[in-house]
Amino acid sequence: MKDFKWGMRNGIPIALGYVSVSFTFGLMAVSAGMGWWQAVLISMANLTSAGQFAGLDIMIAGGTLVEMALSQLIINLRYALMSLSLSQKVDKTVNTFSRFVIGMGITDEIFAVAMSRDRKVSRNYMFGLIAVPYIGWAGGTLAGAVVGGILPEMLRSALGIAIYGMFLAIIIPKARESSAYMKVIIAAAVLSCAFRWVPFLNKVSSGFVIIICAVAASVIGALLYPLPEE
Amino acid sequence: MKKIMISLQMFFLHLAVMAGVTYLIRAVPLVLCRGEVSNRFLRSFLAYVPYAVLGAMTFPAILYSTDGLASSAAGTITALVLAFCRKGLLTVALGACAASFLVKAVMLL
Repeated sequence: MKDFKWGMRNGIPIALGYVSVSFTFGLMAVSAGMGWWQAVLISMANLTSAGQFAGLDIMIAGGTLVEMALSQLIINLRYALMSLSLSQKVDKTVNTFSRFVIGMGITDEIFAVAMSRDRKVSRNYMFGLIAVPYIGWAGGTLAGAVVGGILPEMLRSALGIAIYGMFLAIIIPKARESSAYMKVIIAAAVLSCAFRWVPFLNKVSSGFVIIICAVAASVIGALLYPLPEE
Repeated sequence: MKKIMISLQMFFLHLAVMAGVTYLIRAVPLVLCRGEVSNRFLRSFLAYVPYAVLGAMTFPAILYSTDGLASSAAGTITALVLAFCRKGLLTVALGACAASFLVKAVMLL
């Protein structure tokens, strides 16, 4: 129980960040024509920012299920790596059943906080660490979907940039600390701009653009700047 | 923003695919793998992927994220500066919103 409380306490700052971003998600989903319950259902079933925004784009654009599956696979592939690392970090209270539960709650921030603990993490700690951000994510979506519409248009428009601000808060510090990551990020961004602005290339649908840019930039990075041997 | 008229059936199909793929990616390695990834290329590729994804999702979309280039640009620059100073997710996100809101308000005067 003590571990659960510690986990919850560590989860509070994550939840606060999630509320603002999921608020935007709820708002965007509803202004695109979805019901509030659909927005909340997406958030409760996915708990992932970039993936949900891309998924919403695909639904809005009337994309195919293949496009949806591929875009989620590529955008969320990072979770596989985190899931792998986390499997080395959990202690023996984490049995097979709790691995299935914890799997639902692996996000960039939850992963980062869990890995920053100076010792192995227990099942109860992980449950607490996941529960609070999960409630924040679902609750923020509900709030955005329900009351987002009564916000003045100017404020709603300004909130649209929140998710990208959060993305920058994740990639810029990494680029500062490693020039290899910086080059990979710049390569991906330049490619993505090309797909928006260059004739013919801009015909490719947005789900695939992210897949192509991310895979190309990461392959270049892995070939030119492989991580040091362990 | 474009409006959608997605049927309930398509919505649930999309939701199932989206949630199913996302869940399997997260749960399967944790449930199955108890050893380390040793392939150096794969390890490097997986390490770069999240940042490449976010880079591609952010640019150039951030420039179109509010309903005017000036307000988007102001939010982008603010977010870049705050992120460079290693501010937290919430600070950077709200800072970007505040900057684009202010520019919008000033332009209306």
